[in-house]
Amino acid sequence: MIAAHSVQLTKQLIPGTYIFDGRMAMKGYNLNRMCYSFNSAENRKKFKAFPEAYCHSFNLTREQIHAVTDLDVLRMLQLGGNIYYLAKLTGIYGMTVQDLGAQQTGLSLDEFRAMLASQA
Amino acid sequence: MARIIGALTSSHIPSIGNAISNGKQGDAYWKPFFDGYKPVLRWLEQEQPDVAVVLYNDHGLNFFLNNLPTFAVGAAPEYITKDEGWGLPVFPPYKGYPEMSWHVIESLIEQDFDIAMCQEMAMDHAFINPMRLFWPDENPPKIKTIPVAINTVQFPLPKPSRCYALGKAIGNAVASWPTDEKVVVIGTGGMSHQLDGERAGFINKKFDEMCMEALLNDPESLTKFSSLELVREAGAQGAEIIMWLAARGALQGKVSRIHSSYHIPISNTAAGVLALANN
Ligand SMILES: [Fe+2]
Repeated sequence: MIAAHSVQLTKQLIPGTYIFDGRMAMKGYNLNRMCYSFNSAENRKKFKAFPEAYCHSFNLTREQIHAVTDLDVLRMLQLGGNIYYLAKLTGIYGMTVQDLGAQQTGLSLDEFRAMLASQA
Repeated sequence: MARIIGALTSSHIPSIGNAISNGKQGDAYWKPFFDGYKPVLRWLEQEQPDVAVVLYNDHGLNFFLNNLPTFAVGAAPEYITKDEGWGLPVFPPYKGYPEMSWHVIESLIEQDFDIAMCQEMAMDHAFINPMRLFWPDENPPKIKTIPVAINTVQFPLPKPSRCYALGKAIGNAVASWPTDEKVVVIGTGGMSHQLDGERAGFINKKFDEMCMEALLNDPESLTKFSSLELVREAGAQGAEIIMWLAARGALQGKVSRIHSSYHIPISNTAAGVLALANN
């Protein structure tokens, strides 16, 4: 059994896996709030025109702004981003979940797809 | 008395929606996946259920972290769909059934499930895609729906045992609804997949196959997992299998398998569909 004590979850109990517990949710609140705003096409447009200014308007930290403008998914996760919301950000740049997977695993897109298929 | 005729559980992968909209069901990539639904469609055609209780998880469309219920039951006359942020089509609203929703809500509270109640609720791909898979000829279909959202975004998630118990309570609620309507319970999500982290791309065929079997014959065995153990075994988003477990909980009769199909990969996910009859 894995003990489920929320505050300790963020120490990776499952390697390569970020558990979005209360601590992470506090850390990433503004980042996720910004990503949630991308449900609106108008906000996506505003962001794309001036990404940094848009990040500032949601009070993101300097580190979070860098991770966002670099589209660095692992870094955004470490800074409290939740993948359900982050996908709305990466979607603005046309990234699919395979693109995200390739980036996070350090594989090429073809290698990542082959890895998925190899598990059949 | 209303009667639950069965449970349908299905993956809800976003790209399914685009494959349907673009008519790709016959493409080499998609064909094995869509073929897996054909026996279920025949069963639905034959049974013609009146109501669908849909257990799904919101992916940041209707709920945000400012106000995130663990369990939420819809009680709206209709359920709109909205822009999710990455180009999935928006559809006319799905039909609700507020009278029965309130009955379910009252019954759940009576059974100690203190759920949130929603008279407005926007549906995302987790609701829409299974509806489009199960009723491919009409969108929205004529069937009345009662959405039940389960939190899979923010830990702590509800325990698998609790989701199963919620399903049981929904089964009781339906059984005490005074019409002779036929109800199907739908659970969406899964199967094994992980989108985030260095472990992205993780799939666990053995675990999924075990789940398919256990859902038919021994659902109680799945209630022994903790949420974190589900994440370990099924991947971070594979924990969505709790919606399947909840749907199974609603079946109180003699349960038999109508059909099951399993396919790796669709997008980053092991895609599965399981249809169980309740006699
Ligand atoms: Fe999902």
